[in-house]
Amino acid sequence: MTSGVRRSLRATAVQITAVVVGLALGGLSLAAIGVSPYDGISSLLEAAFGSELALTQTALKAVPLALTGLAVAVCMRMRLWNIGAEGQFHAGAIGATWAALAFPTGSTLVLVPLMVVAAMAAGAAWALIAAVPRALWGVNEIITTLLLNYVAILGVAYLVTGPWRSAAGLNFPVTDVFGPGARLPALGGGLLHVGVLFPLVAAAVLLVLLQRSRWGFTVRMIGASPQAARVAGMSTARSVVGIMLIAGALAGVAGMVEVSMSFGRLRQGISPGYGYMAILIAALAGARILGTLAISFLFAGFVVGGFALQALGVPQSFVLLLQGLILFSALAGTALTRRPRMLGRPPGRRGPAHVAKEEPSTP
Amino acid sequence: MLVGAVSGFLAVNETGSLLQGVAAGVAAGLAASALHAFFTVTLHANQIISGLGITIAGTGLAALLGRSVVGLPPRASFEDVDVPLLGSIPGVGDILFSHHVLVYVGFVLAPAVWWVLRHTRLGLHVRAVGENPAAADAMGVPVTLYRYGAVLFGGALAGLAGASLSLAESPGWSEGMTAGRGWIALALVIFATWSPLRVLLGAFFFGALDVLAFRAQIIGVDVAPTVLGMIPYVATLVVLVVVTLLGTRRRLGAPEALGVPYVRDG
Repeated sequence: MTSGVRRSLRATAVQITAVVVGLALGGLSLAAIGVSPYDGISSLLEAAFGSELALTQTALKAVPLALTGLAVAVCMRMRLWNIGAEGQFHAGAIGATWAALAFPTGSTLVLVPLMVVAAMAAGAAWALIAAVPRALWGVNEIITTLLLNYVAILGVAYLVTGPWRSAAGLNFPVTDVFGPGARLPALGGGLLHVGVLFPLVAAAVLLVLLQRSRWGFTVRMIGASPQAARVAGMSTARSVVGIMLIAGALAGVAGMVEVSMSFGRLRQGISPGYGYMAILIAALAGARILGTLAISFLFAGFVVGGFALQALGVPQSFVLLLQGLILFSALAGTALTRRPRMLGRPPGRRGPAHVAKEEPSTP
Repeated sequence: MLVGAVSGFLAVNETGSLLQGVAAGVAAGLAASALHAFFTVTLHANQIISGLGITIAGTGLAALLGRSVVGLPPRASFEDVDVPLLGSIPGVGDILFSHHVLVYVGFVLAPAVWWVLRHTRLGLHVRAVGENPAAADAMGVPVTLYRYGAVLFGGALAGLAGASLSLAESPGWSEGMTAGRGWIALALVIFATWSPLRVLLGAFFFGALDVLAFRAQIIGVDVAPTVLGMIPYVATLVVLVVVTLLGTRRRLGAPEALGVPYVRDG
């Protein structure tokens, strides 16, 4: 127990150091292009966390990041690489849009739950396309989930340029604007909406499931040692499919929140790569649930703060460099503290080439 | 690739020399892959995480470096070159032999890489390190050196690809101009089941679909370009499932030790 606590403290220390070092390196690269690093980083942090409005915007931006981050993290727990949160996000957006367009006059009380369920189902179904071949035949999920991202993104493009294209869209490829019932209810008096609760609820459910349920025990067991789990008579295949369905549903809800609140309709470009940032987030968090929430909030702050940097002539994409620098600082920190497997590398997971023969699920 | 694109473009803008542009693109690709190699080979960091980190950081870095030249016309770009004699072969000549120089570099490199991997001592060592680093190590092959070399070579090629985009294909620089081609490349390798020669064929196939997606409406094919765009991904997915079903890793062609850091035992 004590060694577990110490390990977890050390991991947290590495993470915090990595964020500081990453920000410092980010400041250096600003200096290299002639922007004052102090002004740059302080205006970034100010715009991200410096006021109530800033915190509200960061919290809203954290919703899709946290949900997709959790979608990647739960899979990492079982040594599965879910590179497909981006695609599951888009599938969820399609599912939610279907519900919103099918019942344009629906009331919030009916329509919002329907959109959430449709988004979860669509996201889960998308994940299932990769999960089943992985569970039955050991087809490498890293590649299949990645490929499916592009299919889902093109699927959105197809729908908004084709069947779902709005006549009122003035030649822009967009769907009709959703009815008022498709918006999530507000929370408090400001810009917050109930969507910010979704990652918290999801995290709580996941924690209870993983720590307290029989199913969670199976997942943790398989994560620790697939061979031992198989000897103990646990079904790897069923757990793989189960965890991928949960992941897909989580990422799908993220897509629902975005089309409902950020855009109010479906269109192209609804994600600036949430599903990929999610992988960095889950890796930085060492696949821990609460860590994933915390780092999503931090990264969301960077995304929000990045807009403030544009005033200094720094492109928004600088934030991506910053995220990368933090990641590499963490990778280096982890290597330096001689725990090369803590970070995004569940113990013992081997390369993709081994997946096929590692877990033959049908005897 | 993005870093290569922007570096190539910047260098040409500064110097007006295409050769220096290409060199800068390659150098940028090398630098990015050196970071990747250091983290994965030396520090044993996870390759997926590191690779994704390079991609995300590279996107940001390229945007930062290129912010002053977005949309500028280049000072120089590659012109199409007709290969003498070959270019005048009816039918084939136009298709294969009237492109900018870098296209020919690609035509030559794929078989060259295949030949080196297949028929030279160097290639044998590369394959040995990929299949079984411990055995290669025991035979006296410097595993770390070879792994660095392979990653750096890959980075140089990706940088070259980026430079060919910004200097020849669509001269200029815009954020995200590679449009996910680096990821398609990953699909391509699996689609081609790890053979450089089949990669060249696969690249033709994927490229043809790309062009078809643009021109479908003009030539009267009634398929949405978005649907055509899905084909490379779906096709790769099918290939992956089929080769996995055929059962053996041998058929799949993936090196045994792909993605596995090598740590020498005691």
